[in-house]
Amino acid sequence: MNFIDLLKRIPEICKTPETLPLEGKKLILDFVTWLGSLVGIAVPPWVLTLVNILVVIVAIIAVFLIMFALMSVWERKILARAQNRYGPNRVGPWGLFQPVADGIKMLTKEDIVPRNADKVVHFIAPIVMLVPALILPVLLPYGRGMVAIDLSVGILFFFAVGAGSEVAIFLAGWSSRNKYSILGAMRAIAQMISYELPLVMSAVIVALVAGTLSPTGIVEAQGGYQFGFFPNWFVFTPWGFVACVLFYFSALAESNRSPFDLPEGESELVAGHLTEYSGFKYALFFMAEYVGMFAINGLLVTLFLGGYQAPLPFLTFIPSWCWFFIKLAFLAFSLVWVRATMPRFRIDQMMQFAWKFMLPMSFAALFSAAAWHYAGRGLLGWGISAVLVAIPYFALGYFCFTRHHSADNRRYLFSE
Amino acid sequence: MQYLPVLLQVIVAIGFAAAALIFSVLLGKSGRRNPTKDSPYECGMLPIGGPQPRFAVKFYIVAMLFILFDLEVVFMYPWAVAFRDFSLKFGGSTILWSMISFIGIVTVGYAYAIKKGVLNWGRQDVEKSN
Repeated sequence: MNFIDLLKRIPEICKTPETLPLEGKKLILDFVTWLGSLVGIAVPPWVLTLVNILVVIVAIIAVFLIMFALMSVWERKILARAQNRYGPNRVGPWGLFQPVADGIKMLTKEDIVPRNADKVVHFIAPIVMLVPALILPVLLPYGRGMVAIDLSVGILFFFAVGAGSEVAIFLAGWSSRNKYSILGAMRAIAQMISYELPLVMSAVIVALVAGTLSPTGIVEAQGGYQFGFFPNWFVFTPWGFVACVLFYFSALAESNRSPFDLPEGESELVAGHLTEYSGFKYALFFMAEYVGMFAINGLLVTLFLGGYQAPLPFLTFIPSWCWFFIKLAFLAFSLVWVRATMPRFRIDQMMQFAWKFMLPMSFAALFSAAAWHYAGRGLLGWGISAVLVAIPYFALGYFCFTRHHSADNRRYLFSE
Repeated sequence: MQYLPVLLQVIVAIGFAAAALIFSVLLGKSGRRNPTKDSPYECGMLPIGGPQPRFAVKFYIVAMLFILFDLEVVFMYPWAVAFRDFSLKFGGSTILWSMISFIGIVTVGYAYAIKKGVLNWGRQDVEKSN
């Protein structure tokens, strides 16, 4: 084997886009073997295993950080368009180099630590925030046979690791010794633990139907087409639709996105747990939030939107890993759209929505899914589970929200 | 061995974060300190009161309820994984009814918490329930 052969393989690999990432990885492994033969030693197998893992990890981190950079400028563009202005368009073509400029600015800023702050914890918090966020993307299947770690308990592990960011937020709020920081942190924790229940419950529903907790297994369970053209994705069943909507809003709340951005409500709490952070520590928090947001939406794609499956049979010529990222980009766009459209919740509305509406609805969706399973997973099951979901939906809507929220007559005071 | 990639990922992530922070220390400007800059940020006003305000007990109650329900949901994971094979092998809905009875017990506690007004966060709601 020589270097020319390796170079010759590159155009061959590019001919089949479906397997391009896997073949690319093999090429890098062969390159390492070739490097070893150049020095005159046989590369030991454990080095190859290590390189194999590291290539995947570095690739995933790089992809997600590039997505974060693009998202930060894309989000500002979309928000600007929603508000009838241009958004960033000065740095590079269409403002595409804006994230680079932001990064350099963040790196060169002074890092201010308040004198009373707990300095060690204040330093650790951004790292503790970033590490779980960077572990999450490793667990997702990006294409056929493209999963970095195929854990049999992948979904459970995802939620277990994802809960680490709550600890980091509390570390940040507590160590700042600022009352807005600690208030923001307490609110963030109350919100995140409240919305974790519907989030985890919707995943239980999918595990019940698919009979596995492995992300790859769940995507495979959604393969194939009904009547030859209708995809078997879980979102197209009544229980799956309800679980998907619950998961989407819980994911919004988990990643502290608008309209659930109370912990950072600038009109009440300055910037919540981020108040005393400046410079690159702030940038790390920002990065962790966005990577976590991509990861949890990637899980939504895996659980409900068929993962890497194509939506229609004749679209399978587009490689599977492209489909995953197309769906993820669509979800990311919808998140910005929601942010541009919705006003912020009030804290009592937010807690009531989580505990009195989403939690019972997730149990209703669970029983609806069980009924769908017992009715033979066909059209009959579809109808029964639709009824089983609709009844609690209207009942909860009637009891929880219409009765208490007729506003009192407004009393006019002073200037009015 | 299955979790080796996770360990490597943790190392890479910590390395990335630490390297970025060290870079920012090296590249960042270091201004002069003064008492005003060292004080907690309160939008430019002098800080009022201590750094740790008192918290409503509602936060702690929500945390306790969360532990209760989160344990319940974690119990449901093995059940959910076993559900499909069990119901296909043995037919019948025993496995469903056993979970319904379990959820029923927890629902009693949930109804009690709602009746006590634990989940009412608004001022008006609290006044009403008192």
